[in-house]
Amino acid sequence: MKKKEESFFKLISQKPWEASQAILDNEHDGKTLAVSKAKLGVRTVMVVSTIIFSLFVVSYSDRMLIHDWRSLSEPWLLWINTVILILTSIVFHRTKILAENNEFEKAKNSLFVVGFLTFAFITGQLLVWQHFINLGQYASSNPANAFFYVLTALHSLHIIGGLYFWAKVTTVLFKESYNISKVKQNIELCAIYWHFLLIVWFVLFGLMIST
Amino acid sequence: MDNEYNNNKIETKAADSSSGSYVPPADNIPASEIPEQELYHAKSFWTRWVFCQDAKVIGVQYALTATAVGLIGLVLSWGMRLQLGFPETFSFLGPATYYQSVTMHGMIMVVYLLTALFLGGFGNYLIPLMVGARDMVFPYLNMVSFWMFLVAVLVLISSFFVPGGPTGAGWTLYPPQAILPGTPGSEMGIVLMLVSLSLFVIGFTMGGLNYVITILQARTRGMTLMRMPLTIWGIFTATVLALLAFPALFVACIMMTLDNLLGTSFFMPEIFTMGEQLGTTGGSPILFQHLFWFFGHPEVYIVALPAFGIVSDLISVHARKNIFGYRMMVWAIVIIGALSFVVWAHHMYVSGMNPYFGFFFATTTLIIAVPTAIKVYNWVLTLWRGNIHLTIPMLFSLGFIVTFVNGGITGLFLGNVIIDIPLSDTYFVVAHFHMVMGIAPLMVIFGAIYHWFPLISGRHLNQTLGKIHFWISFIGAYAIYFPMHYLGFIGVPRRYYEMYDSPYMTTGVGLNQFITVAALIVGFTQILFLYNIIHSAFYGEKSEKNPWKANSLEWHTPEMPPAHGNFGKDLPVVYRWPYDFSVPGIDREYIPQHVAPSEVPTAKVEKT
Repeated sequence: MKKKEESFFKLISQKPWEASQAILDNEHDGKTLAVSKAKLGVRTVMVVSTIIFSLFVVSYSDRMLIHDWRSLSEPWLLWINTVILILTSIVFHRTKILAENNEFEKAKNSLFVVGFLTFAFITGQLLVWQHFINLGQYASSNPANAFFYVLTALHSLHIIGGLYFWAKVTTVLFKESYNISKVKQNIELCAIYWHFLLIVWFVLFGLMIST
Repeated sequence: MDNEYNNNKIETKAADSSSGSYVPPADNIPASEIPEQELYHAKSFWTRWVFCQDAKVIGVQYALTATAVGLIGLVLSWGMRLQLGFPETFSFLGPATYYQSVTMHGMIMVVYLLTALFLGGFGNYLIPLMVGARDMVFPYLNMVSFWMFLVAVLVLISSFFVPGGPTGAGWTLYPPQAILPGTPGSEMGIVLMLVSLSLFVIGFTMGGLNYVITILQARTRGMTLMRMPLTIWGIFTATVLALLAFPALFVACIMMTLDNLLGTSFFMPEIFTMGEQLGTTGGSPILFQHLFWFFGHPEVYIVALPAFGIVSDLISVHARKNIFGYRMMVWAIVIIGALSFVVWAHHMYVSGMNPYFGFFFATTTLIIAVPTAIKVYNWVLTLWRGNIHLTIPMLFSLGFIVTFVNGGITGLFLGNVIIDIPLSDTYFVVAHFHMVMGIAPLMVIFGAIYHWFPLISGRHLNQTLGKIHFWISFIGAYAIYFPMHYLGFIGVPRRYYEMYDSPYMTTGVGLNQFITVAALIVGFTQILFLYNIIHSAFYGEKSEKNPWKANSLEWHTPEMPPAHGNFGKDLPVVYRWPYDFSVPGIDREYIPQHVAPSEVPTAKVEKT
């Protein structure tokens, strides 16, 4: 794709009725951005998710100022979950590099490690929930707890959504033949999504331990 | 200068080289760099018509579902009007039923009818056809989007049948009252409403992904952004707004559902009720209002921008003239879209906010009037010395311009804090928003249906019934909403079940009865319109291809109605914008987008 991307403002100041512009326009291939549809799709999903989480962060900061707020005592298990999520991202990055180098057998194993670590993370989060429930700290006990449950649940739901696509890529690798460039792209997109969720977790976790 | 805009007469003399005509050496067909999309070919009845991945069928499914739920909204409005016009006459209209009707009418009309019809219905049908694509980029996701919408609608409708009935909290669903006992539907109704909205947002996000990426990445060769019809610009910008604004509704819905079901206090302050303290403390109802209106105001433009786009195309086609100031129209759409995110608190002037905050939002609100006014001027200037055909789509477009100006001007008053405070929560506000985002977009929807019905079904709608439909709807809308402005001026508050013998009502009674009768007549006319659609779909006059002599690609498919895959063997190649009407220098009246320059070598450049 040798496409030159013009700025949006430049694009919308074209005069489509002018003869000189018509010559340029007739060469146009119909694409605006030099990225694939799937990649643009993932990016759009990430933008929408970012807005959802940002609005929660704003609500959190707003709610924090009111007198009944008691800060949360985060269990050490959350630190372990964070390490697991970091490891998942690292392994996924390695998988992407393996796939780029056409080492699909290794990439397949690596994808399994990713799946295992991701399940471990979700189980870890459930254990943290159990920890709070055992302490008698329910969603209604304290607004900080309520936010904790909502944010971890939403974050895990995002991961579960990602696992659907992870499962799709992994099953394709078991087939007799597959479109190599497509598999490469799908692994890359899954990796990007996992990195995104790691960053989201950093923000959410950082917000919760700092307040 | 005089003949620059004189596009109506067709000049047949050869091109004059000094007037800027352009004769290309040969037609340059760019190489296709985008591989052809792999289409899913449906084999059985189920995959072709029910679980269908063809955007055209999905568009029709969206439109039918939205219309069905819209009819419920219409009937609910009759209930409200009967109560307001003739209080204590109808035993089936208690206070609870009245509030439930108000709430469900508002939410159904704004979200489930208008948003779904413009973006889901027209968006799905028109985007691939107008940009020259075979289908949406993610057809499967598109199908799931419709089914999510249907489930959302069913959940919403199911709330009529649960104990306590649907929620009666007003369409804004403000906490704490929305989930406290005393408000109708505070048991199950509100939960079903919130769940339904969340499902709608998820389903819409799937569809919105498709609309945006299809428009950005899957256009045919030669179709630059600035050669797209304004319909597509409107739908595109509205979809971007929706993708950015709906998350706020989603977040608000989740937190309120938890407040209701788990007893959290995101929005619930300390409350004493019936002498007892509830378990909630410290939540902020104002936070909900901010979240709701951060969605709610862009929502107005999610409905209005596609209407702006569609009406621009209708006016241009039916006045046989290029749209005046195409670039300005695109800029106005984009600027309105951007500004719509910084005006939300003008819905909250009476919520006790800082006066400087209100000043800021009043300023941004009034700034939106500038691009909007530019659009109105451009529509009027397009009509100026145009060859106006008073077809039904044109009648509705003209009706739109008048109604939109009317509703827009009352908006200028309400946008000012000092005028809004006395008028807030009166019928003036009700009249304003019904004019600007009820009647005006509906005029466009009707015009668009009369315009594109031949494309969708291959038959014309009945013209006589159409004219009756237009005149009764148009005059009736004014009969309903003009008196309502006056009711607002004399101070009649909205949301009141009954005014009893309060002093306003001495003058208000007759007006309210008049409004109710007008609303019933207009409502029944819409049933006439539905009859027209159903009857004409089977027995209507057969339409020839491209009956309105339009230029955009959807009218130039090999078959009409367009078949699966839209464009036959080869995708069209685009050489011009869709507004080449009455171009000087040639003996044809219009040049479709895919006509190569070599076919019209003597065409002059049209001034715009």
